[in-house]
Amino acid sequence: MALSAEESGWLARLLTKNAEQLIRRWTELVASSLRGRLSHAELARQVQELHRSMIGAVENGLTDLDSEQGGELRAVLAELSRGRARQGFSASETAISVFALKDVLLELMEEDQNAGNLRDFVAFSALIDQMGLFTFESFVRTRESLIADQAEQLLELSTPVVKIWEGVVAVPLVGTLDSARAQVVMERLLQTLVDTGSPYAIIDITGVPAVDTQVAQHILKTVVAARLMGADCIISGIRPQIAQTIVALGIEFGDIATKASLADALRHVLRLTGVDNARRHQRRES
Amino acid sequence: MTAGVDLGAPQTQAIRSDDDVVRVRQLVRTVAVATKLSLVDQTKLVTAASELARNTLIHGGGGTADVAGVDDGRRRGVRIVFTDSGPGIPDLDLALTDGYTTGGGLGLGLSGARRLVDDFDIVTAVDEGTRITVTKWSR
Repeated sequence: MALSAEESGWLARLLTKNAEQLIRRWTELVASSLRGRLSHAELARQVQELHRSMIGAVENGLTDLDSEQGGELRAVLAELSRGRARQGFSASETAISVFALKDVLLELMEEDQNAGNLRDFVAFSALIDQMGLFTFESFVRTRESLIADQAEQLLELSTPVVKIWEGVVAVPLVGTLDSARAQVVMERLLQTLVDTGSPYAIIDITGVPAVDTQVAQHILKTVVAARLMGADCIISGIRPQIAQTIVALGIEFGDIATKASLADALRHVLRLTGVDNARRHQRRES
Repeated sequence: MTAGVDLGAPQTQAIRSDDDVVRVRQLVRTVAVATKLSLVDQTKLVTAASELARNTLIHGGGGTADVAGVDDGRRRGVRIVFTDSGPGIPDLDLALTDGYTTGGGLGLGLSGARRLVDDFDIVTAVDEGTRITVTKWSR
């Protein structure tokens, strides 16, 4: 338990009596720690809200932050840390908004000797510590959910399979191809081959910074799986430095067609299917 | 054995998971760019580092990679030392043979990495661990 009923009443009086001075000083302290990255008006609003909900809580006889009376205060703190986490502030910059209140109270007590004694201050300090820890936890929770969201978005974003011509699908690979992503790529490609009935697939590795044996193995497996389903694969986007590295590593792509660019690969496929010739004939006739 | 003076303190990256292999790759690329290796040499070194880091993880059970810029007076380069305290390599010649694998890969990692760098030095003892030192020089 952080506060006794008596201390809680004392705190309510202190917070109410010096409200204006307290809010001004509190806002100043927080503003100096955030170095102007949050507008003064926004900050003052947050501090006022925090101040108001604290008064509300202690007037209801708050003794512990986890108790029922602390419900609104907890909600305000959680809202504050969520906002800070999304705006990219660090955890300490968030927690300091709460801890700054200690300094403010200490100043108040030094000015007014009747305001309270050391025992009261220590008890009050314990409550602020609880509030600080709560802020910290909410902050971390928000960050974690942000990271989880981003990881999911990234996995979706990184593996599109696009149809670029009638009967031709392309997989532009970007970034690192680890086992988890290779699996996603393979599944999506094979499913798209079935859905579109495409006989050709182009795997473009322009966006893959380094092709090592693991990446090569993943690509080879994908090609073999596509072949088993009756589709032909072309690997495109092999840049000069990647070509030299693959040769030095000793990786062999066997009879798999490889091209320098996606355009070359598409031209190769069109030539194989005879689309190119058909169009040229058409043009000549018309 | 590789020669040359270290330029600045080596940067160490622990290798404990797949993510760390990516971090080793990024660290090596950063140092290689700072050392002004050509794009081809950068790619070769990064690929070799990727292979060796994965070997350290899979066969050595994890370890460290120390990446440093080096200078032998005539040219600059990047040196990477991979250290693990895993089971070691019982038959080095066999392990360096193209296509020999114990991990289900292509069997080109170790032998390929040797072809990708300029200096390749391997010290290994059964049950004590393996230390591989590679250097790529600018041309």
